[in-house]
Amino acid sequence: MSLLVERRTLVLPGDALAEGDFNPGENTYKEGGKVYASLIGLANVSGKNVYVVALKGFYMPLVGDLVIGNVVDLRLNGWVVDINAPYTATLSTSEAFDRSFNSRRDEMSSYLDVGDLVMAKVVAFDRTRDPQLTIKEGGLGKVQRGRIVRVTSTKIPRVIGRKGSMINLLTKETNTRITVGQNGVILVSGEKPETENLAVKALQMIDEEAHTPGLTDRISELLKEGSEPKLESNKE
Amino acid sequence: MSDSYDTPVSIGMKRIGELLIQDKRLDGRGLLDYREIKTETGIVGKANGSALVSLGKTKVMVGIKVETGTPFPDSPEEGVLTVNAELVPLASPSFETGPPGEKAIELARVVDRGIRESKSIDTKKLCIVPGKKVFIVFVDIYVLDHDGNLFDASALASMLALSTAKIREFETKDDAVVYKENLVSLPLQNHVIEVTMAKIGDKLVVDPSLEEESAVDAQITIAVDDNNMICATQKSQTGVFTTTDILQAVKIAQAKATELREKFLGGTHE
Amino acid sequence: MNRNLNQTKNEKLISEDGKRADGRGPNDLRPVKIEIGTLEKADGSAYIEWGKNKILAAVYGPREVHPRHLALPDRTLFRCRYHMAPFSTSERKNPAPSRREIELSKVIRDSIEPVIFTELFPRTGIDVFIEVLESDGGTRCAGITVASLALADAGIPMKDLVAACAAGKIDDQVVLDLSDIEDQKGQADLPVAISPRTERISLLQMDGLMSYEEYEKALNLAVEGCKRLHAMQQEALKKKFAVDEEEAKGETEDEVSSE
Repeated sequence: MSLLVERRTLVLPGDALAEGDFNPGENTYKEGGKVYASLIGLANVSGKNVYVVALKGFYMPLVGDLVIGNVVDLRLNGWVVDINAPYTATLSTSEAFDRSFNSRRDEMSSYLDVGDLVMAKVVAFDRTRDPQLTIKEGGLGKVQRGRIVRVTSTKIPRVIGRKGSMINLLTKETNTRITVGQNGVILVSGEKPETENLAVKALQMIDEEAHTPGLTDRISELLKEGSEPKLESNKE
Repeated sequence: MSDSYDTPVSIGMKRIGELLIQDKRLDGRGLLDYREIKTETGIVGKANGSALVSLGKTKVMVGIKVETGTPFPDSPEEGVLTVNAELVPLASPSFETGPPGEKAIELARVVDRGIRESKSIDTKKLCIVPGKKVFIVFVDIYVLDHDGNLFDASALASMLALSTAKIREFETKDDAVVYKENLVSLPLQNHVIEVTMAKIGDKLVVDPSLEEESAVDAQITIAVDDNNMICATQKSQTGVFTTTDILQAVKIAQAKATELREKFLGGTHE
Repeated sequence: MNRNLNQTKNEKLISEDGKRADGRGPNDLRPVKIEIGTLEKADGSAYIEWGKNKILAAVYGPREVHPRHLALPDRTLFRCRYHMAPFSTSERKNPAPSRREIELSKVIRDSIEPVIFTELFPRTGIDVFIEVLESDGGTRCAGITVASLALADAGIPMKDLVAACAAGKIDDQVVLDLSDIEDQKGQADLPVAISPRTERISLLQMDGLMSYEEYEKALNLAVEGCKRLHAMQQEALKKKFAVDEEEAKGETEDEVSSE
């Protein structure tokens, strides 16, 4: 039983990670007694589980995820929402309204219409049907204002940072509210458009430069420059 | 993998696998055996040549039409070979009407490759006026009943049709063709046989039936000419082979091609 | 493909001392250059220059299948489109898909599908688009090689990368990686694709005339060529996704792996 790569090394699909009594964790598979990577990412091990943290991936919904999506269609019993996943999601009227709802298309669209942004939670998802959403919890519902930034969903942990360090830095320095959807969609809302723009720029930088050395410093610099009247901020 | 109607039924696939472990097949054939082959030529009077091949229950008809046309610019003194295949809807519940899809195109191109690369037709003898007028040989493959292994049936029918095809003897006078009364054969200088093998589990089987095709991981078609040279190969389906599998398949193809050639094309050799 | 014997029969494709028209030896690959993530909108993309070939690959998916009725209940619908730009060849090529492009799209799909974990995403589709911007022989092999990189860039779970390379016969000699002129005037062409981890062959075609011995030599040579391409694929991916160990350590401590 042995690990064939060092922890946190970059691995590619087909690379051998471990041999023997290991379990194939996330983004790996086992064949002929060996565990192999199935995605580009950083290999790691936790107990007997060998897994790969994906560097490049797409969003697969998990029950409980907070997501920000946009409404693409109205159906008889609910809305069809694009949550930036391989599957479109459904927000049924029973998960939107408390009272029993008599669905008439006008009433539905007056609440949420095609093109609207909605903050929701994933309540169900399995192999046989599309993800189901709810907006019944507090803080969920139609997004009224703010700006949207899309990042690769694998970069979300970097956006949040070690124990929330990165996101706290961003919200503090830009004085904005930042809501991070697990599906790679982030909502930024601030008092002034300039502060929103700065936060958006910072988030875009994280998306493009996550995992490169010195990112935190460059973000700090960007945020400092942004609060001074300058026309351009230089990126590395 | 295959068309929606051919969705494999897992019980059938299991059975096929179990039998193979004992080197047996569903219809009792040996691993390297072809199904019964019946051939008929000269059926379509209006065509220059024609052949109908039954390979088990698979039926393919090939018609040859020879017409005149212009040569390709990079081969001004050579006739033209063109192969087309149609999977007509009456041949299988999974065939639809419409222009040839990828399956029909692949079939035509693989048969074409065998004939072309072996230079079975001496295209230089099909030149009428260099640079201006040549004979175009149309090989049209018409699948009538699909029960597996369309490649081999089509290739055999094409070769039979070509070798029994007749054209009016011609000579060129002042850039014009003058046809004589008597009929002559097409100028053939080689023959090609295509042998298809399927890999199921770790066994190679020759001439997969439709039922076997649904259990197949990968399939390979190898074309062999009169001199035992390999002139075309096509791996199809979404499975994989080892290098050893491939080389073994080549040896099998050479052996089976010799068998088929003696049986079906022996009488048509020059 | 027209094996043209009319032109310059006297002109040799490989000289006495084993030098080919472009100066290569019999076992030399043409120079290869790879870029990953070239396109903005695609979920994954890659670009390859292989000799004079210039090929771009883009991946979209997994995503909803349109038309819906094509979706498969138990796995993703994997589709490949190999297409040549009208200006990619010496004579302008009609933009409508030719029979050759349709066949190549199919064999390329068949060569890559074996490594994709298609059953992980039922009822979705994954589309690979291969665009040949300039062609100089061996485009299907270059197309497979670059498509595999685009799929990795898109984060599609796969058992392995897929690498492809052709060998052939010119002037009675088995050589690696035919250029267009060598394919046109040569005696045989044998493109191969492998899953490098297992060395299993997922694409194999051949046209020309070869004896068994020549076939064996060409097959082994092509497989070896594939392995060299694989090394280049790995290098390109590692360079693109080069990670700062310190930053990485910080994050992965935060992560909880979900099994």
